[in-house]
Amino acid sequence: MVQALGRLKESASQTAGPYVHIGLTPNFAGIAGVYERDLGTAMVNDKTRGERIRVNIRVIDGAGSPLTDALVEIWQADAAGIYNSPSDLRGSADPNFTGWGRLPTDMTTGECLFETIKPGLVPFFDGRKMAPHLTVWIVARGINIGLHTRMYFGDEETANAEDPVLMRIEQKERVSTLVAPRDGDIYKFDIHLQGINETVFFDI
Amino acid sequence: MTNSRFPANRTPEIGTFFPRDRNWHPPAFTPAYKTSVLRSPQRPLLSLDNTLSELTGPVFGHNILGELDNDLIHNFAGPGESAIGPRILVYGRLLDERGIGVAGALLEVWQANAGGRYRHKKETYLAPLDPNFGGCGRTITGEDGSYCFRTIQPGPYPWPNGPNDWRPAHIHFSIFGHGFAQRLITQMYFEGDPMIWRCPIVRTINDRRAIEGLTAALDMEATIPMDARAYKFDIVLRGRRSTLFENRIEGN
Repeated sequence: MVQALGRLKESASQTAGPYVHIGLTPNFAGIAGVYERDLGTAMVNDKTRGERIRVNIRVIDGAGSPLTDALVEIWQADAAGIYNSPSDLRGSADPNFTGWGRLPTDMTTGECLFETIKPGLVPFFDGRKMAPHLTVWIVARGINIGLHTRMYFGDEETANAEDPVLMRIEQKERVSTLVAPRDGDIYKFDIHLQGINETVFFDI
Repeated sequence: MTNSRFPANRTPEIGTFFPRDRNWHPPAFTPAYKTSVLRSPQRPLLSLDNTLSELTGPVFGHNILGELDNDLIHNFAGPGESAIGPRILVYGRLLDERGIGVAGALLEVWQANAGGRYRHKKETYLAPLDPNFGGCGRTITGEDGSYCFRTIQPGPYPWPNGPNDWRPAHIHFSIFGHGFAQRLITQMYFEGDPMIWRCPIVRTINDRRAIEGLTAALDMEATIPMDARAYKFDIVLRGRRSTLFENRIEGN
């Protein structure tokens, strides 16, 4: 026998289920008066630094239908590439930018639209720069453990080509599943859970 | 968001998180839970060590909390009213895999009412709504990771999956840690509920010990006599490596 490490096991994940909105976006679910507003719906204000953009996200199932009961969270750096988090020791982030957004997908169209800013460059752990990106986390009925992925920006070809995470994707044709094309100020990011265009998801 | 989580005398930890044990968590594809069939990625996940994008995470200050946010018996009820059902306290600690309390973390909960009915546009179960019960609550963990809610025990309810599937009584938990890689949603079950082991969603988890880890224990010592029984539910998030001898470039 040796000494026990004494570690605990992470609590096992369970699906967020069909009524995730009650807990995380109650005003959207029709429960008014408990919370003033749904958390995560406002990422920016009038003073936020950086280029204003919108990001339209859909989550599409293996039959090609957009999920109308999903919940999407995004987490990103500010325009200077700093995260609004105590764990980012490189400096103070823009106090007028939360960096975190949360929206339900529309109950009819399956779309959600984040109003945010384009993030700056963030270093990889070896010091190389990562291209601007959003961390994206998806939960829904039928998803047993939250899915982590990233959205990169279609108009950042040079930075994307040198991104150390995108370079780790062995099947090069799959890189495009993480790159959202730009149309005006809107980036459109379709996340495919299955199929020929299945999005790259991370164990990270 | 305010930085109330870290007192001036404490430096935030920045070590990478322990990898998730994917055999402990439910797999994505679990055909007995039918909705997972078309919603489960089929390609292997891309495994990467954490970067700053996952080591960091949002912080929520106590300024977002209302006085009744952790009291589901009263936070939707009319003046002088309260929700119907067995009154309970749910308390415990948010820990990481090293056993260290996770301070200042946002916990959000949601649940059905005592009859097993959710207050939601898409819910059609014939059990009635309780006009004094909304079903959502939230709190922020204390310095030692402790938290507490007051609520009513939710009822079991039928759901369309197999011809006669019922969910055990449960409370949904959404948890933020200190890094976005720790983000977790799970469910709390109640000690002694015979529906737990029949449920296709519970049984997406393959390891019995992992299910037991989601089952809250009745705690008569913490019960408030003549008022509310108590259930203890500790939650564990991913642990993280020490940075003492980390092979990393300064400043990252």
